[in-house]
Amino acid sequence: MRVLDLKLLRDLRRLWAQALAIALVIAGGVATLVLAVGSFRSLDETRVAYYERNGFADVFAVVRRAPKTLVDRIAEIPGVAAVEARIAKLALLDIPDMREPATGMFISLPESGEPALNRLYLRSGRMPEPGGVREVIVSESFAQVHGFAPGARFSAILNGRKRELVIVGIALSPEFIYAIGPGDRMPDDRRFGIIWMPERALASAYNLDGAFSSVNLKLMRDASEAEAIKRLDEILDPYGGSAAYGRKDQTSHAFLEHGLDMLRNMSSTLPPIFLLVTAFLVNLTLSRLVALEREQIGLFKALGYRNATITWHYLKFVLVITALGIAIGSAAGTWLGVYVTELFGDYYRFPFLVFVDSPDVYVLAALLSAAAAIVGAFRSLREIVALPPAVAMQPPAPPRFRHFLPEWLALDRLLSQPTMMMLRNISRHPLRATLTTLGIALATAILIVSVFTGDAVEQLVDVTYFMADRQDANIGFVEKRPQDIVLQVARLPGVLATEPNREVPVRIRRGNIERRIMISGRPRDADLSRIIDTDLRPVTLPESGLAISNWLAQILGVRVGDTVELDLLEGQRRTLSLPITALVEDYFGIGGMMDAQALSRLMREAPVINSVNVTIDASKLDDLYDAIKRIPTVAGVGLQRVSLTNFRATLAVTITTMASVYTGLAAIIAFGVVYNSARISLSERARELASLRVLGFTRGETMRILLLELALITLIAQPPGWAIGYGLAWIMKTRLSGELMRVPMVLENLTYVLASAIVLAAALFSAAVVARRVTRLDLVAVLKTRE
Amino acid sequence: MNQRVFTAHGLTKTYVSGEVEVRALRGLELEISAGEVVVMLGPSGSGKSTLLNIMGGLDHATSGRLFFKELELTGLDDRRLTTYRREHVGFVFQFYNLVPSLTAYENVALVTEISNDRMRPEEALSLVGLENRMTHFPAQLSGGEQQRIAIARAIAKRPEVLLCDEPTGALDSKTGIRVIEALLGVSSQLGTTTLIITHNATIQDVADRVFFFADGQISKIHKNETRRAAAELRW
Repeated sequence: MRVLDLKLLRDLRRLWAQALAIALVIAGGVATLVLAVGSFRSLDETRVAYYERNGFADVFAVVRRAPKTLVDRIAEIPGVAAVEARIAKLALLDIPDMREPATGMFISLPESGEPALNRLYLRSGRMPEPGGVREVIVSESFAQVHGFAPGARFSAILNGRKRELVIVGIALSPEFIYAIGPGDRMPDDRRFGIIWMPERALASAYNLDGAFSSVNLKLMRDASEAEAIKRLDEILDPYGGSAAYGRKDQTSHAFLEHGLDMLRNMSSTLPPIFLLVTAFLVNLTLSRLVALEREQIGLFKALGYRNATITWHYLKFVLVITALGIAIGSAAGTWLGVYVTELFGDYYRFPFLVFVDSPDVYVLAALLSAAAAIVGAFRSLREIVALPPAVAMQPPAPPRFRHFLPEWLALDRLLSQPTMMMLRNISRHPLRATLTTLGIALATAILIVSVFTGDAVEQLVDVTYFMADRQDANIGFVEKRPQDIVLQVARLPGVLATEPNREVPVRIRRGNIERRIMISGRPRDADLSRIIDTDLRPVTLPESGLAISNWLAQILGVRVGDTVELDLLEGQRRTLSLPITALVEDYFGIGGMMDAQALSRLMREAPVINSVNVTIDASKLDDLYDAIKRIPTVAGVGLQRVSLTNFRATLAVTITTMASVYTGLAAIIAFGVVYNSARISLSERARELASLRVLGFTRGETMRILLLELALITLIAQPPGWAIGYGLAWIMKTRLSGELMRVPMVLENLTYVLASAIVLAAALFSAAVVARRVTRLDLVAVLKTRE
Repeated sequence: MNQRVFTAHGLTKTYVSGEVEVRALRGLELEISAGEVVVMLGPSGSGKSTLLNIMGGLDHATSGRLFFKELELTGLDDRRLTTYRREHVGFVFQFYNLVPSLTAYENVALVTEISNDRMRPEEALSLVGLENRMTHFPAQLSGGEQQRIAIARAIAKRPEVLLCDEPTGALDSKTGIRVIEALLGVSSQLGTTTLIITHNATIQDVADRVFFFADGQISKIHKNETRRAAAELRW
C-alpha cells in the first residue's frame, strides 16, 4: 500500500469522530431523498397495480332509479370498455353493544358472482351464496373495529325495515380505500362501513327489481372522459341521475391522490432543501478541515510531490467520508422508506405492496453529496496548493486584527481580554464566521420546517373544529327533506340547538376552468357552522351572491365582485351566473356557501334541507341515538368530536410520522454541523489556547474563549435560522396545499424554541467534548513544534 | 570538486508578511561547488532561510538569477520546480516536519516512493543509526531521533544537494552533535553538496566554507583550511 494511503487511513482513524459527524450530515441528506422518493414511488406503483388488478372504474354516476335496459345503451357510449350497474344505498345500522348509530353503504353484488368493475379483494371468508338474503361481505376496516369475523351478525334498517344480516366474508375494494361516511370529513371505521350484498336481496328491500341506482364505467385508454360523462348524463337524466363524475371527484380516489400528492410534495420539497443544506455544510466543514492541513501540504510539496498527487490524496480523504455518508444514508433511507411505505400501506389498507427500486435516486443523492464535498475540499486545496511550499509550511501570516470598536469609544477596556479575543477572532474571519453562522442557521431552519407540518395540522384543527364547525353533530338524511323536519329534530331528546343545511351539487366555471363542488345553503346568522374569512374572522353571509373557498377563487382566478357561471346538477338543471360576494378560509375541500333562502330561490324550490347541525346535551346522548335509529330517513350522524379524533388518529398520524422522521434527520444534521464547527475551531486555535495556558490562564479561562465564540455564533445564528425556517415552511405550505386540504401557514413559538433548543443541545454536547480536549492540550508538544 | 552546483547573480526577494513588507535578499551573489559543505551564519532576518528556500525550489525569487548547474531555477514554473526538488534536493528542517501519522519507515518511504535513484528506507535509516526504530511513530521518538529520521528521509533519494535549516535548533548539545555527525557522515559518503543554516557558531568548524549573512547579503565568506570532525564539536 502506498504510504500516502496509509496516512489517509490513519488520519481517518484519528479524526473518526469528525469524519463520522460529517458522514452523518451527508447521510441525513441522502436518507431524506431516498426515503421520500422511494416510499412515494412504491405507494404510487402499489396504487396503480391495485387499481389495475381490481378493475377500478373511471366514471361514476348515481341515479334514483333506472331500468337495467339502459345498460346496453350505456355500453354503446363511445370509449366505454365495461359497464357495471348496481344498487348503492346508505342505511343505518344497529350494531350490538354500540349506542351511536352507524351507517352502512350497501352495494349490490351480481348474482353471477364477481362484479366486472371495482372487484373485491377477499381477505377472509367467502362470497355470499347466490340468492342468499342475509349473507353479506363487510369492509375490512369496519370489521376490524367491531371485531367482526365471518359468522358475526348485525342489523340494518333497509328502507325502513330492520333486517338481521350475517357476515360471510371480509374484503377490500379499490373504490373504498378511503371510506367516508355522510357528514364526516375523515374516515370513521366504527361508524361507517361498506356492506356488499347479493343484488336480488338488496333490490327487493328497496323495490329496485330490474333497476339500478349506481353505475360505473371503465373507459378505453384513449377515450374522452368528458365526452363519456356528458353522454352518460344525457342517458340518466330522465331517471333522476345526478351528474356523473370521473376519478378526480371520486371521494376515495381524490383522498388517496391527495395523500400521495402530499407525500410526493413533501418528497420533492424537503429532500432538496435537506440535500442543499447538507451540501453547503459539508462544503464548509471540509474546506476548514483541509485548511488545517496547510503545513503538511507544504511539506509534501517540499518533498517533491506534485500538486495533482497532493490534491488527489486529500480528495480521497474527502471521498472516503462522503462514501461512508452515502452508504449510511442509503441504508437508512432504504430502511426508512420501507417503514414509511408499510406505514402508509397499512393506513390505506393496500392488499399488497409493490416496492419500486429507484437506482436513479441513489445515484442522484450520491453525486450531489460527492460534488458538494469535493467542491468544498477543492476550494481550500486550490488556495493552499497555489502557495509556494516555503510559505505553506509556515503557519499563515499573523492575521490583520482590527480594533473591534472605534478606539475613541474605549469600550475595549471594559471588555475582558478573553471576550476581546473572541470578538476579534470572529471579526478577523468575517466570511468564515458568516458561513458558519449560516450553517448553524440552516440547521435551525430545517428543524423548523420539519416540525412545521405538526403546527399546521394543529391550526387546521383549531380553525375547522373550534372556529368554523362548532356543532356537536350533523344529522344527514337519505334525501332532501322539507324544512319542517328541523322542528322534529329539535324535539329529539338532548338536542339543544339546530341549524338546517342544504347542499346542492353544481359545476362552477370561469372561462374554461371548472370544478364540481357542493353549495351549502345555510341561515344567514348561522352560529354553529360558521363561515370564517381569510382574516380568520366569522362573517355573515351576504344576502345574495355566492361565498366560495379562497382556494377555489385562486383556481378560478376570481375575486370578490367577479361573476362565475354555475351549472345546477340537481332538480331543474340550468346554467346561471352569480357574483362572488365573499371568500372563505376553509382548509378542507373546496366549496361554495349561500344564504339558504337565496339558494332555494335559485333552485326554484320550497325550502328543503339535507342535514341538520345540532348541539347536544351530552348526558342525553344515548336517548338521542336511540331516537335517531328509529327515524328511517336518516342516513347517518356525523359527530364532530369523533371526526376530530379520527382526523388526529389517521391523517395526523401519517403526517406527524413523516414530520418526526424528517425532524430526526434534521437533528442529526444540525448536530453534525455544530459538532464539526466546534472541533475545527479547536484545531485551528490549539496553539493559541496552549499559549494562554502557558501564560497562566486556567483551563476554565482558556475554555471560555473557545466556548464563548461557539455560544455567540450559535446564538447569532438563531434569528436568521428562524427567518429561513419560516421561508422554507412557507414553501412547504405552498407545496402541500391542494383542493382536498390546505395547510395553514402557522408556526408556533414553541417550534422556534424547539428547533433552537435542539441546536443549542448539540452545541452544549460539542462544547463538552471540546472542553475535555482543551483540558488535555499538551502544552509542551504544542509549543515545541513549529511556530 | 570544481563543478559549480549553485550560481546566483543579483538575487533579491521581497515579501509581505501581515502588514509588513520585508526585503529578505538584496542582490545576493554566490557560487557553490559540488560536494562542498557550507555553513550559513547570521542574525534572524538576515536572509539565510529565504536563500535556502529559493535554492531548494520552495519559493520564488523576486528578481536576479539562480542556477543549479546549467538549470536556471529562477525561470522555472511550479511544476518544473517540483521535478527539480523531487530529483535533486533533500531537506532537513528545524522542527523535523515528520508526518505524525506515519512510522519512521513510512516517513522515509514517503520520499523513496516518488524518486528514481533511491535506497531502501531501511538502508537510509541504518545510515543514521535508527534501523531498529523503523516501526515507531514520531510521537514515540526523541527529538534527536526524529531529526535523524528527517535526515534519512532527506538522503534516501541520493540527492545532489542537502539543504538543512537549523537542523540542531530544537536539540540539546549532545543530541545536536550526533545529528551533525549523522548528517555529515551521510553526505560525505554520498558526495552530497550540503548547506547548513545555523545560529550555532561552533558548527562552522565542520564546513569547507562559512557564509556570514547580514541585511539580505553575504557580508563575509570564511574558508576553513581544515575541517573538524563533528565528534570534536562542543557547545
